Amino acid sequence: MSDTATTKRAIPDRLGTRTSRILASWEVLLFGVAVLIFVFNAFASPYFLNAWNLSDATFNFTEKAMIAFAMALLVIAGEIDLSVAAIIALASTTMGAAAQAGIGTPGLVAIGIAVGLACGAFNGLLVSGLRLPSIVVTIGTMSLFRGISYIVLGDQAYGKYPADFAFFGQGYVVWVFSFELVLFITLAIAFAILLHATNFGRHVYVIGNNEFAARFSGIPVERVKFILFLLTGLMAGVAAVCLTSRLGSTRPSIAQGWELEVVTMVVLGGVSILGGAGTIAGVVIAAFVMGLVTFGLGLLNVPGIVMSIFVGLLLIITIAIPIVAQRFKEMSLGK
Amino acid sequence: MKLANKLAIGVAIAFAAMTTAASAADMKIALVVKSLGNGFFEAANKGAQEAAKELGGVQVIYTGPTSTTAEGQIEVINSLIAQGVDAIAISANDPDAVIPALKKAAQRGIKVISWDSAVAKEGRIMHLNPSSNELIGKMCLTLAKNHLEGGKGDFAILSATTTSTNQNTWIAEMKKQIKDFPGLNLATTVYGDDLADKSYREAQGLLKSQPNVKVIVAPTTVGVLAASQAVKDAGMIGKVYVTGLGLPSEMAGAIKSGATKEFAIWNPIDLGYSATQIAYHIVKGDTDAKPGSAIKAGRMGSIKIGDNGEAAMADPFVYNAKNIDEFSKIF
Repeated sequence: MSDTATTKRAIPDRLGTRTSRILASWEVLLFGVAVLIFVFNAFASPYFLNAWNLSDATFNFTEKAMIAFAMALLVIAGEIDLSVAAIIALASTTMGAAAQAGIGTPGLVAIGIAVGLACGAFNGLLVSGLRLPSIVVTIGTMSLFRGISYIVLGDQAYGKYPADFAFFGQGYVVWVFSFELVLFITLAIAFAILLHATNFGRHVYVIGNNEFAARFSGIPVERVKFILFLLTGLMAGVAAVCLTSRLGSTRPSIAQGWELEVVTMVVLGGVSILGGAGTIAGVVIAAFVMGLVTFGLGLLNVPGIVMSIFVGLLLIITIAIPIVAQRFKEMSLGK
Repeated sequence: MKLANKLAIGVAIAFAAMTTAASAADMKIALVVKSLGNGFFEAANKGAQEAAKELGGVQVIYTGPTSTTAEGQIEVINSLIAQGVDAIAISANDPDAVIPALKKAAQRGIKVISWDSAVAKEGRIMHLNPSSNELIGKMCLTLAKNHLEGGKGDFAILSATTTSTNQNTWIAEMKKQIKDFPGLNLATTVYGDDLADKSYREAQGLLKSQPNVKVIVAPTTVGVLAASQAVKDAGMIGKVYVTGLGLPSEMAGAIKSGATKEFAIWNPIDLGYSATQIAYHIVKGDTDAKPGSAIKAGRMGSIKIGDNGEAAMADPFVYNAKNIDEFSKIF
C-alpha cells in the first residue's frame, strides 16, 4: 500500500510557465535558426545585406511557400498531396495553350486557377469520395497530370504570353516588394486566420488527431478533406500563374521535384507528418530558412549538390532536436 | 549626437569594407552550365580556367543547378546578379525561360552571352556555337581524304534518318564542297536511323555491295560506332576505315582496334576557353559583339559574329590515338 505512495510518477499540474513554453516552442527554435543563418550570411558575403538582393532571394521560395500553406493544413489533417508540382505543369500547359489562342491576361489567370481547382477536386473526390489513401491517389495523379503536359507539349515549349502577364512573376507592388512577396504575406495571414481562428481550423486539428472522435463529434470529415484538397489545388494553380509569369514560358518539366520541396518546407515548419499539430507561423519561418540557406550558399557559389545535402541535414537536425530532448526528459523523469 | 556619430562611423566602416572587397576582386566571369557533375561541362570549365590564367585578373565562377531545369538556372542567375559579376556565359536549359532573369542581369550591367546551348536572341549579346555546318561538312571530307591513300578514292556516308535536319545539312555541305577535294568520290549514302543494330546492318551491307568503298563517313555518334564494329567483325580492319563525328569515350575502342584512325567532334575545353575569352573582351569594351564584328579569342584566333549574333568557334576537333586516352575520360 505504501509502495504506491513512494513511486515517483510526476504529473505536473501546469505545463511550465508561459514564457518557458514559448521559448521551447518549435517556432522560436526555428526562428533562432533563421536569425543565425541571416547573421552568418551577412558576414559571409558582402552582397547579402542589400534590399534588392534579398528581394530577389524571396523568389526562391514564395511560389513553393504558397502551396506549403495549403499543404500544411492537409498534413495536419493527416493527408498529403504529392501531385502539386504536376498540377503546376498541367495548369501552366493549359495557360500556354490558351495564350497561343490569343486569350488575354485575366482569362489566363482564371484558366490557371480553374485547372488547379479542377485537379484539386479530382484528388479530393478520389480521397474523400472513394476513401482511397491520399498518398497513393496523389502519386497516381502526379504522373497523370504531368503526363498530360508531356503528351500536349512533348519537347516543345509555349511562349508568347501577353506582356502584362509578366506582372505576376516579375512585377513589384512598392519598392522591393514584389507582387509574389505581397501575395505570399497576404496568403500567410489568410491561412493563419483560417487554421487558428475559425471552426474549420479546429476541425482540421481534430481530424488529424483522431478521425474517429471527429466523426462521432459530428464533424463532416469527408467535406473538410475535400475542401483541403480543393485549397491545395487552388494554391498550386496560383503558384502556376506566378511561376509561368516569372519564366515567361512553359515546358512540361516545369516545377519538377517541387512536391518534395513543399513537403520539406511543411515538415521543417514543425507540422507533424503524422497529423494533428503544426502552425502557419512555423511554415512561414521554414520558407524563409530554406530561402535564406539556398540564397546565402548561392552567393558563396556553393554547388547545388552541397546545398541539397545542407538542406537535408538541416531538416534531420531540426526534427531530431525536439524528439531527442523529449527522450532525455522522459528518461530523467523515469529515474 | 553620440549615437549619430557612432552610426556614421559604423556606416563608413561598412562602406569601406564593401568597396575594398569590390576593388580587390578581379573581373568575375560566371560560367553557367546546364547541370553540375557532367564531364562535358567539367571540361569546359578546364578551358575557362585556362583562359582566365592567360588573361590575368579574371576569376571564373563555375556554377549551375543540380538538375537540368530552367528554374534551377534562374536561382543561380539571381545569385550571380546579387554578387555583381561582370559577365555571365550560359549554356541554357531552356532558350526562353531564362530570358527574364538574363534581361534583369543585363539591366544591372552584366554582359550576357550564351554558348553550346543557345539562349533566344533577346536574352543575350551573342551565342557561341561549337562549330558551323560549313566547317563540319568540310571536316568530314578532310577526314575521308586523310584515310584514303593519296587522298583519292571512293567513300560512303552512313547517316541517321532521312529526315534528320542536322545530318542532312551536313551531307548537303559535303556535296557542295566535294569539288575542293579532287579525286574524292561519294559512292552512296545509306541511313541507319540512329539505331545501333540498323546502322550495323547498313554498314555490313556497304562492305559487301560496295567493294570500292574504302572509307565510311558517319556524321552521327551512333553510326560511327556501329560501322567501326561492323568493320572489325568483318575482319576488314586496314582495308576499310570508318570516320565521322563521335564521342571520345565511345570511340576509344575503335581507335585502339584500328578501325578508325581519327574522328572529330567539338572540343569542350576549347568551347569553355573561347566563351571566357569572348566574355572578357565584351566586358573590357574591346568589341560590341554586333553581327559582322570579330572578337579575338586567344589561341582560338579571331571569331566572327554572324547573323542573329551567332558565331562559330572553329573546325571540329580531331581525335586520334595520341589524344584519345585524355579525352575519353572527359566525355
